[in-house]
Amino acid sequence: MASLDDLKKRIASVKSTQKITKAMKMVAAAKLRRAQESAEKGRPYSEKMNNVILNLSSGISDKENAPKLLSGSGNDKVHLCVVMTSDRGLCGGFNSNIIKKAKSYFAKLSEEGKDLKIVTVGSKGNDQLKRAYGDKIIANMSFKESKNANYFDAEKVGKMVIEKFESEEFDVCTIFYNQFKNVITQIPQAQQIIPLNTENSEENKSEDNYEFEPDEDEILSNLLPKNISTQIFKAMLENSASEQGSRMSAMDNATRNAGEMVDKLTIEYNRSRQAAITKELIEIISGAESL
Amino acid sequence: MSEEFKVEIVNPEKSFLVKEDVLEVVVPAFEGEMGILKDHISIISFLKPGIIKILSKSGDENYYIEDGIVEFKNNNLSILTSSIFNLKDFDKSKQQDLLKLAEEEANKPEINDQSKYLVDQKIEVLKSLN
Repeated sequence: MASLDDLKKRIASVKSTQKITKAMKMVAAAKLRRAQESAEKGRPYSEKMNNVILNLSSGISDKENAPKLLSGSGNDKVHLCVVMTSDRGLCGGFNSNIIKKAKSYFAKLSEEGKDLKIVTVGSKGNDQLKRAYGDKIIANMSFKESKNANYFDAEKVGKMVIEKFESEEFDVCTIFYNQFKNVITQIPQAQQIIPLNTENSEENKSEDNYEFEPDEDEILSNLLPKNISTQIFKAMLENSASEQGSRMSAMDNATRNAGEMVDKLTIEYNRSRQAAITKELIEIISGAESL
Repeated sequence: MSEEFKVEIVNPEKSFLVKEDVLEVVVPAFEGEMGILKDHISIISFLKPGIIKILSKSGDENYYIEDGIVEFKNNNLSILTSSIFNLKDFDKSKQQDLLKLAEEEANKPEINDQSKYLVDQKIEVLKSLN
């Protein structure tokens, strides 16, 4: 059995760990509120953008000559996967969930004999994928120095994706991120952004006849690259809210576990103190008896 | 009959401005400035760098934008833009910063015609803001 001194030290160390996790939880909670707010504020933009594009693409008459970002390159050979994770750890299953989702998708692709290219956004994802898919990663971006997800960063990623698409380095692009549902639930998502998925447009079958200036094709080809950045930005916002939510619940659990551990150790400490006292008493009594 | 309609400006980060009592909006559409009044036909267009003028009962406002899309439908005007500044808080240093960025871009060798045109527009508008 550990000595009294050892136990005391352990209790102190667990307590200070608890303090740290508690502080981290509080920080995450504050950041979560902000991240959630900006995710909600960012929603109208991406929704509106989507609406406009759906309206436009349903109005396009000549599907053959539609912009490539919409119709695809005609092939389905090379897939680019943009895996978006966080730059910091200690946030529960947040990163592993995305990676798991991505890996199962990668496995499916290689089964179908398709080529895979990976872009990681966020250093944690890069760390986890490096080992198994190191040769497939063509770029890694991380925005450690930006405090919040901002559109400027998203645009950088978007521009790179579009450049690669235009130089025909891939045919299909999918982004992976965690969608924020609530503090304890985040759903890893795989969303295809190139070619754009316009299937699920049931409520957008508006009868409106829009006037376009200049014509549809030109607006579309101007809009689609913007939409890529917007979708990536949306994913970033969802991701940062999810990250904080995930961290908050992870740190909450850690604080609770530390509390339980302190209780257990305190009981053990008290027992062994009692045992030591009893032992001493017995020694004194038996010593007195023998006289 | 009221002649007012609703305008909403959103940028990626938030809903930038919502106004219900707008009489006229002048936007720098790609093919020239365009004034939009109530009951305009549904239209989608994109914008080049320029000034958005919003004329409303509660006063006029001017915004400088660099790009964007306008959608007008059922007397709702939505403007999507990633870079918008209220001219009221637009000071000299900001103007100089943007001008410098634009000029840098214009001097890149690999620039294509369309972006060159847009950047030139941007520079022109920024210079005229003095």
